[in-house]
Amino acid sequence: MFTLATFIILAGAWLLLSGKFDAFHLALGGISCLLVALISQDLLFHERKKGLAARCGEAFRFLPYSCWLLYQIIVANFHVIQLAISPRLCERELDPHIFTFKTRLKSDFAKFVLANSITLTPGTVTIRIDEDVFHVHAISRKAAGDLETSETMSEMERRVAWVFEGRA
Amino acid sequence: MLNIVVMGLMLLGLFFFFGTSVGIVRFPDFYSRLHAAGKGDTLSSILLLAGLALYNLHHLSVDAILVSVKILFIIVFIFIASPTATHAIMDAGYEARVKHWVKRKTPKEPWPGEERRRQERHP
Repeated sequence: MFTLATFIILAGAWLLLSGKFDAFHLALGGISCLLVALISQDLLFHERKKGLAARCGEAFRFLPYSCWLLYQIIVANFHVIQLAISPRLCERELDPHIFTFKTRLKSDFAKFVLANSITLTPGTVTIRIDEDVFHVHAISRKAAGDLETSETMSEMERRVAWVFEGRA
Repeated sequence: MLNIVVMGLMLLGLFFFFGTSVGIVRFPDFYSRLHAAGKGDTLSSILLLAGLALYNLHHLSVDAILVSVKILFIIVFIFIASPTATHAIMDAGYEARVKHWVKRKTPKEPWPGEERRRQERHP
């Protein structure tokens, strides 16, 4: 089952990247995808406890999340550009500081996605993750936003939890 | 019509790149400069590459669409690689105990750049 899923993903990548649809190239691609899928089937889907349906749900919920993240990136980018260009704003709002918060996410992959989302949003960078505690460097109080101030879960964390753990 | 959209996207992308380059020069310390250097390319690279992908669709064919999809894949890979690299550099700095610049909490704050130089002279 997982081998088949690996094969389909590999074949899709082959079709996209080769761009040739004659029989010779298709057969070549099919054979090599099959070989790779058989040999390294345990690499792509590492955790076997989760079924394919759950993974499809994650992938499906990841799409609205990435749209939201894109919106956040645009907003935060404007903030950082303003900080960089306007001297007055720079003097008033620039306040680099390091803060920590405790996450409630369980799986490593969800933590990785949260850390990368924090880093992708301009103005905040994840410095390191110790088990549950995130160390984040923020360039201003506004850029840190509710990551720093929220008592329970920030909005980004809630959305990541919704994608990977299915709760609101 | 398409040309105008493409030009708008690329000019916006250039503007954001310009802003982050200014940020690299003006921000006070290692960490906040990395903010500008490592992540100025998130939004600006989306805009620039989206402009390229659109421009590529001038002559609509299967090949052109495939090339555009490949350009979009570059965006995806930048989005995975860029925060990881930024995080690695920042973590190395944190590990080496690079001090981060802290704003002085006085009513009349001096200009960050000069403040930084003063801090470096009298640590």
